[in-house]
Amino acid sequence: MSMEEKQNSQTSLDFNQNIFKPSSREEIVEIVKNCYRKNIPLEINGLKSKNKIGRNFQSEKTLDLSNYKGIIDYKPEELYIKVKSGTPLKEIVEELDKNNQQLAFEPNDFGYLFSGESNSGSIGGVVSCNFAGSRRFKVGSVRDHILGFQGINGKGEIIKSGGTVVKNVTGYDLSKLISGSFGTLTILTELSIKVLPKPETSKTLVIKNPHLKKALDYLGKGLSSSTDPSGGVFYPDYFGKNFILNDLTHDGGLTAIRIEGPINSVDQRLDRLSKELGLLNQELSILDNEQSNIFWGRTKNLEVFKSLKGNLLRIVVPISETLKVIQKFKNYEIKYFIDWGGSLVWFSIDQLNTKILSEIKEIVKKHQGYITLIKIEEDLKASADIFTIDPIKYKISEKIKRSFDPKRIFNPGKMYTGI
Amino acid sequence: MSSLQMPKVDNAIVSKKDKIASDLRRIINPKNVLSNLDELRPFETDGLTAYRQMPLLVVMPETAEEVSQILKYCNENKVKVVPRGAGTGLSGGSMPLEDCVLIAMGKFNKIIEIDYENRCVVTQPCVTNLAITHAVQDKGFYYAPDPSSQIACSIGGNVAENSGGVHSLKYGATTNNLLGIEVVLMDGTITKFGGKAMDAEGYDFLGLMTGSEGLLGVITEVTVKILKSPEVVKAALVGFPSIEDAGNCVAQIIAEGCIPAGMEIMDKALTKATNDYSKAGYPTDAEAMMIIEFDGTEHEVEAYIQKAKEIAEKNNSSSLKISKSNAERLKFWAGRKAAFPACGVLAPDYMCMDGSIPRGKLAEVLNEISRLSKKYNLPVANAFHAGDGNLHPLIMFDANDKDSLRKCEEFGADILKYCVKVGGALTGEHGVGIEKRELMCEAFNDKDIQQQLTIKVALDPNSLLNPGKVYPILRKCAEEGRVHVHGGKTKFPDIPRF
Repeated sequence: MSMEEKQNSQTSLDFNQNIFKPSSREEIVEIVKNCYRKNIPLEINGLKSKNKIGRNFQSEKTLDLSNYKGIIDYKPEELYIKVKSGTPLKEIVEELDKNNQQLAFEPNDFGYLFSGESNSGSIGGVVSCNFAGSRRFKVGSVRDHILGFQGINGKGEIIKSGGTVVKNVTGYDLSKLISGSFGTLTILTELSIKVLPKPETSKTLVIKNPHLKKALDYLGKGLSSSTDPSGGVFYPDYFGKNFILNDLTHDGGLTAIRIEGPINSVDQRLDRLSKELGLLNQELSILDNEQSNIFWGRTKNLEVFKSLKGNLLRIVVPISETLKVIQKFKNYEIKYFIDWGGSLVWFSIDQLNTKILSEIKEIVKKHQGYITLIKIEEDLKASADIFTIDPIKYKISEKIKRSFDPKRIFNPGKMYTGI
Repeated sequence: MSSLQMPKVDNAIVSKKDKIASDLRRIINPKNVLSNLDELRPFETDGLTAYRQMPLLVVMPETAEEVSQILKYCNENKVKVVPRGAGTGLSGGSMPLEDCVLIAMGKFNKIIEIDYENRCVVTQPCVTNLAITHAVQDKGFYYAPDPSSQIACSIGGNVAENSGGVHSLKYGATTNNLLGIEVVLMDGTITKFGGKAMDAEGYDFLGLMTGSEGLLGVITEVTVKILKSPEVVKAALVGFPSIEDAGNCVAQIIAEGCIPAGMEIMDKALTKATNDYSKAGYPTDAEAMMIIEFDGTEHEVEAYIQKAKEIAEKNNSSSLKISKSNAERLKFWAGRKAAFPACGVLAPDYMCMDGSIPRGKLAEVLNEISRLSKKYNLPVANAFHAGDGNLHPLIMFDANDKDSLRKCEEFGADILKYCVKVGGALTGEHGVGIEKRELMCEAFNDKDIQQQLTIKVALDPNSLLNPGKVYPILRKCAEEGRVHVHGGKTKFPDIPRF
């Protein structure tokens, strides 16, 4: 325990307040122990960039972790950073920048969607939601970069799993389990995250093309080629104007494939890729490092859905099913774009009701995918299942929830009723 | 075998052997239930051959439904179950128990689907790791994780152990290359976690099952992602006058931003042993020898290999060869891949340890290992997945000499404790199994372990699935004073110990 933490832990906690804003681990333990004893449900928040995702649920108190922040240990040569869970992602990214390193999973910034401006959230929130950006198919998801964590279970006990080394198979890999658990299993206190060197350069091949079928064909070929892309998206016509850049004056539909690495190699691979895809010069633009970063930044930030009034849904399907799924959505008024080289579909829909929602869910399920309701109108949110689960997995999830949080005090009902 | 403590034998179960066998013969094809001692013999050990135990019975199911029926029966009748894939595991994860039904998954040996569009393969679990690559290589694809035993080890076993390999530095271990599994839980429930769509919603049970060493479920189907084979692969073979120089070279290569596909170090003892064995042309006078491999497109590989060369020279490399052909590159690897048989020539037996350490601690840890080698008077040779800090000391001993085995076990334990002390882990890729079970208290406190045991109990309330593995048996941990014991009772008396 640091001096600072020792001092903080000596301040006695006022349990009558409704919002706790601890700055030491000892305070968090005390809060949880109290809540455990008195059966008080807690809503757990970081920087609230994604707290609207998930079901509405009843909580008596709120645990705000935004003061529980700071970089504990950063070892660039060991490729890891250890941070407190409330640390803003932005702060971590800035620190890594100094050593030309990055979090390769480039998590989405949901601030633009929910509040019209950037809010990339806290690292605890990023891990709890496990929404990875465009490099997903190449480098894995958020969960693939979590080397270890320390957290507090529902009884107020400090637990840990993993460590700071990349190869570690000691015991169950709980780092995976807590990733994407939306704060329902443990209150994260510390996270050790794998960091990677930034590529020497990043360039993007943009193909002017308004057709989905063609786009999926380009993406499929690109991803199956030995040019090793690290991003593949398709934006239909209506989103083209969002991407006007010095070297991209085209304002219609586009397919973009990112190539990263040493400069020579990137140029060689871009050249090869455009040949393999049989592209003519007038059909394509190449974005240099700076413009490429702007382009993928806008994608990561979901900027085409900035301050969206309607509903936003997120669908993941095997690439082979994407076309069929979107064709079946033709009856609805949707606006979509495709990420992850073809398997992630983000789409907005203005008119959404229970009937349409269940039709959409049925389509996605039939095509071996899943759907998450990222932003939906309040009336519907009260009744709709935000996440989908089958009865067997529900039963297992219930058991796992109880093993971490026996009295269901952490974000109860945020993912599923009764969990 | 040594006096390794295993869970108490349930004599009531042992005495009902014939009845259990005949019950199981009603569930599956009777020919697939083995009960004669000569039939059971091949299953008495896995890759950790120092320990042996005959199972009560062996069953060889052919479908997930049969696995489900077997588990259900065993759960209802409180019979312990040990799952087994190819039996190549190095930590004793599928070592039988005297009163267990061993589920041998060998009949699950078919690839179910090759799906190039989604770049994945769906397979039964007892297909070998290498067979997946063989099935897709004509189209220029491969499966990335490559444990040394890939010719024999099963993909289901890889999932259970979260196996790595020399290329996991760049491509990750099994968990990072897995899309989905079908699994049967101890109560007979058959379910699928993950699938062809990435990052299935809800709790990451796929991640939890991966590396759970057969304690949470029996895997009956596996979906892995496949990658396009790199266009060019080149390797550099570098000698260093000291371990420190080699270690610094590794750190600087990583810091420079080039991530090699693999980066291996061998110490002088192993370099000499493997070179004698395989005539790989290694610099046998060097204190440390390193293989650095890059893959990708031609320009990329060229750029990285030049950078690695400069860094190696800056760190006093005493010799440096860059592969001019694929044949030469494979020759560089021939010695490294023959590390095990080469040690077999030097001593009657060897134990392969598997600790993980921060890359920067290499020299310190190797110095400690050499000090321990003198202390225990047992020779040791070291191979090291340097890029990701995974150390494999090979301790040589004589299994017929009980004292030698005991010394070897203690030596190994001391190495692993030291790995943890410098910020590493007890096991990087081989798993805990029976081998490192009692060392779990070095890495975790009682709360950490209890949390894991609570998960186990949630899915297997009678703790019948692969008991005695991974988690310490109470006695030893209590002796070491790390599990809280009061008045002879543990803090959670309702939770069974494994």
